[in-house]
Amino acid sequence: MKIIRRNLPLVVTAAIFAALFGAAGVCYDGFFSVRVATSLLADNAFLGIAAIGMTLVIFSGGIDLSIGAVVGFTSIFTATLVSGHGVPPAVAWLLALALGAALGAAMGTLIHVFKLPPFLITLAGMFFARGMAFALNTESVGITHPLYEKLSNFDFALGERVHLPAAALLFFGVVLIGYLIAHHLRFGRTLLAIGGNEQSALLMGLPVGAAKIGVYALNGFLAALAGIVATLYTGSGNPVMGVGLELDAIAIVVIGGTLLTGGRGHLLGTLLGVLIFGTIQSAILFDGRLSSWWMRILVGALLLSFILLQRWLVRGLARRG
Amino acid sequence: MKNPDSRPRRPVSPLVWLVAGLALLVLLNLTKNPAFLRVTWHDGHLFGTPIDILTQGSRTMLLALGMTLVIATGGVDLSVGSVCAITGAVCALTLQHGQSLAVTLAAAIGVGAAAGLANGLLVARLGIQPIVATLILMVAGRGIAQLVTDGQVLIIKHAAFEFLATGFVLGAPFAPLAVGALYLVSHAALRRTAAGLFIEAVGDNETASRFAGLAAARVKVLAYVFCGICAGLTGVLIAANIGAADGNRAGENAELDAIFAVVVGGTALTGGRFTLLGSLLGALLIQTLTTTMYNLGVAPAVAPVPKALVIVGVSLLQSEKFRALVARAWRREGRSGA
Amino acid sequence: MSDEPLLQLRGITKRFLGVTALDGVDFTLRAGEIHALLGENGAGKSTLIKVLTGVHAPDAGTITLTGKRIAPASPKDAEQAGLSTVYQEVNLIPALSVAENIVLGRQPGRFGFVNWLAVRRHARKALARLEIDCDVDAELGSLSVALQQMVAIARALDLRAKLLILDEPTASLDEKEVAELFGIMCRLRADGLGIVFVTHFLDQVYAISDRLTVLRNGQLVGEFPTASLPRLALVGKMLGRDVSDESGRPASASTATKNAAATVLEARGLGRRGAVHPFDLTLRRGEVTGLAGLLGSGRTETARLLFGIDRADTGELYLHAQRAALPSPRNAVRLGLAFCSEDRKREGILPNLSVRENLIIALQAKRGGARSLARAEQEKLCAHYTAALRIKTADAETPIKNLSGGNQQKVLLARWLATQPELIILDEPTRGIDVGARAEIEALIAQLRADGLAVLFISSEIEEIVRTCSRVLVMRERRLAEEVSTADLTPGRLMQAMAGAHEES
Repeated sequence: MKIIRRNLPLVVTAAIFAALFGAAGVCYDGFFSVRVATSLLADNAFLGIAAIGMTLVIFSGGIDLSIGAVVGFTSIFTATLVSGHGVPPAVAWLLALALGAALGAAMGTLIHVFKLPPFLITLAGMFFARGMAFALNTESVGITHPLYEKLSNFDFALGERVHLPAAALLFFGVVLIGYLIAHHLRFGRTLLAIGGNEQSALLMGLPVGAAKIGVYALNGFLAALAGIVATLYTGSGNPVMGVGLELDAIAIVVIGGTLLTGGRGHLLGTLLGVLIFGTIQSAILFDGRLSSWWMRILVGALLLSFILLQRWLVRGLARRG
Repeated sequence: MKNPDSRPRRPVSPLVWLVAGLALLVLLNLTKNPAFLRVTWHDGHLFGTPIDILTQGSRTMLLALGMTLVIATGGVDLSVGSVCAITGAVCALTLQHGQSLAVTLAAAIGVGAAAGLANGLLVARLGIQPIVATLILMVAGRGIAQLVTDGQVLIIKHAAFEFLATGFVLGAPFAPLAVGALYLVSHAALRRTAAGLFIEAVGDNETASRFAGLAAARVKVLAYVFCGICAGLTGVLIAANIGAADGNRAGENAELDAIFAVVVGGTALTGGRFTLLGSLLGALLIQTLTTTMYNLGVAPAVAPVPKALVIVGVSLLQSEKFRALVARAWRREGRSGA
Repeated sequence: MSDEPLLQLRGITKRFLGVTALDGVDFTLRAGEIHALLGENGAGKSTLIKVLTGVHAPDAGTITLTGKRIAPASPKDAEQAGLSTVYQEVNLIPALSVAENIVLGRQPGRFGFVNWLAVRRHARKALARLEIDCDVDAELGSLSVALQQMVAIARALDLRAKLLILDEPTASLDEKEVAELFGIMCRLRADGLGIVFVTHFLDQVYAISDRLTVLRNGQLVGEFPTASLPRLALVGKMLGRDVSDESGRPASASTATKNAAATVLEARGLGRRGAVHPFDLTLRRGEVTGLAGLLGSGRTETARLLFGIDRADTGELYLHAQRAALPSPRNAVRLGLAFCSEDRKREGILPNLSVRENLIIALQAKRGGARSLARAEQEKLCAHYTAALRIKTADAETPIKNLSGGNQQKVLLARWLATQPELIILDEPTRGIDVGARAEIEALIAQLRADGLAVLFISSEIEEIVRTCSRVLVMRERRLAEEVSTADLTPGRLMQAMAGAHEES
């Protein structure tokens, strides 16, 4: 009982996922299939990776609007290097990851050192990354490279008919690492403490500045990783890739039970959030009669109910205290 | 030598910076294209790049008007772009059903006001952070817009409606004139009544305002409603401009441009003092920037890069820490020079 | 109790922008002792603690801990030296677990990983030492404030602390919780820890402390064994008055009360749980009613109830004998009330707005927003009050944040006078402002009485209250304890009431 009460948002999220998935399975023939489940993961892998980074930033009480643009920039950057200049993919990836982390660190520094609003600075980061993406190329660039072929055909056989594509594996890896960071590393605990009360965190002697800058850098890194996964998934780089991705990521984080004002949440909630997001998407596809825009309306409705639920939970706590 | 920060100096009006920035951009353009500022008379109306900038910029200006008040209360409204999409879709529908232009405009204003009211109630009554509260409608709104248009781009064939965005009155473009008129009306309404003062008071220190007898929550709700109405009317302009309602794309990134215009215009994101004229000029600056990029042969899609630099620059100028740092460096310079 | 001092402060001096907050203060703490640190507002208690905990560096003086000179540069530094602090506002993270709050920043584990088993074990041990029974996995925010306070103590002690500073730990605890806290303090004392105990509650000082040190206006008044200093003498030391002080009051104040004067506001049984015990109160026209009491006695809470900032959960309020509901300050303003808050910065000024706007805002709010006051009228009001209250400002358009504290206060007074209220509540209107402005504000209050306003005047300054009030209500421990009428109004009598008369005379 205690464990359930303590993790109420997480439990609610899990229940919603189970209900949605179950309902979709009952309504649509063939929904309960390995193919649906794996594609649900593979289709949302890059969104999921970005959402993990966003979760950590939101834990610290910040927000990052730039990730969608970083995904776009990374994809066209990688494609340009690999296809245009013959750079080996591994080198291009390393460069892209370094750039993503550097942009994140720069934004984190501005936010922490000059006490500027994260919203505004990452908005600037978004403009910057998107603009630079278009400066590289305004068109989509296809990537043809043996390594890309190999990776996009790669899958990991879990059983006879169960194959996990590389993107899904990578997503699981990031979830695992994110979980370790958030719940088992001092860094992650410091982030939650900062999001809970930055002043107290300072008085407790926690390394507030380093953690804040670090989390934006990590988020930039993960956004770049998401961008690389996106090039694997589509086999091309495109400067418009990831438009609006930051909104989906924020929505997923909130649906995953994380408090948008920071300081409270569970990283595995974000995994559930991605699954809910993917289930709604697949169900709408399966239905055929429901149009794609119901996706946004449902996500909005889920957002509203979660924010109200959190409001209610936090108020309840405040009253008791 | 005088100590530079011994006495608080009166800050330079942000409008001066804006005008200087605009002038700089115009100069840059003139070196590339000496005819940049030329306005001619053509087909019975004015014609030229400045006219284009005004016409194209009028939509961001309109959004920025409403956004200014919300930001002045210490909030922000992320949903305006989605609201634009919804009202555009609603307009297309009412016109298709043979309703008059007046009914259509009333519907647009009504939809905008309702959206603003929803945002305002979430923020002021339930105490939800503005970014969070308006994110909901930002996400859901685009879906609602597509629901209204059934996912299609609805073509609008209605001369009077299109006139709103593309028409000319006595040779002058109608949209900027209408936005200008709305600015004058809002300015008068805010400064003739105490509404402007109340908004600034609530944004500057909400607790103190409440203790002085202000209905802070109501002031905030009304600011969001006004912002919603402006977004609704912007949706009309967008739909009229392209002669179609596109639930998916209409008003994309419009909220970001509006926030940019307001911040660059000199209204701080922390709330308090606001200037509507600054926001209008900020919107004009964005549009000029985009046009300049085009003139310089840079793809317009790259225009966000200078925008980003302007945002960072303006934020740093507003940061106390940065100013203290600069002041210290300045003093050290002065001492070593002496 | 050993005589070897654990902590010794000698000649600590601290100045802020020319204002001397601490002037050569000495302080000695012995091991195994609970030492109360007392003083009214501006006495320098919090500055002294901030110097101790490394928040401020002293301009002069030395700190010696167990015979070694130390100079803590940050709270972390101080903690490592063995000086731990628990603040009134629990400075922990409510959303994290009890165990984590105890170890945060020094979690056991390797390579940046947290060993959760060790964390729990450690936390259980830390709590067991204090004999606190609570689930270490519970979310801190779900505990009562008292338990949170004890977790904070457990965290502080976890650092092998030699010395514990408790800064107003009992401010939001009820009696039972205070007793539990005292139990813990006694146990720690028995363990040989030195405890600095900052509080406003005299009962608690006498209940637990061995010794006490009194500060006033940044200077050391003295150190006394608690048992040998009578309560009244202590209050006298805190307020800087001689107990037998019967010194006079100006004749003008005593003649003003007329019992026949119309009642403006009457409270019957008004109260709010956790803030003020139910009280009765009558405020009349042409009368300055003082509200006295030591810091934390519930004066401001009373004012907030009357002005509708906090909702009363019992009792009724009558305005001109009519039952009135005050759900918000807005209603209060419309009904002719005015409230000048003690927290000028957070609850008073609109910092970036001009003097003119700050001055007219309440009047404008009272009249409604539909029509702005004519600019000419605004300027007339400004000119009138700038002259009448001698507000020093470059012009009416200067942002109020550029004015000195005294002038800001005068603008706020003008803000309320402009609404022509029937009742004005002044909460510490002279705090933090210079002597000249203080005299002017006192003169103004006399003028208001002559004009027929009802004034409720809250102050910590005994002289000020005696000089300006017609009668004084005294609060003790969140209770309206006593009324001192015109005839008895002397500083000595007032101090007796503030200290709690039952012990004395």
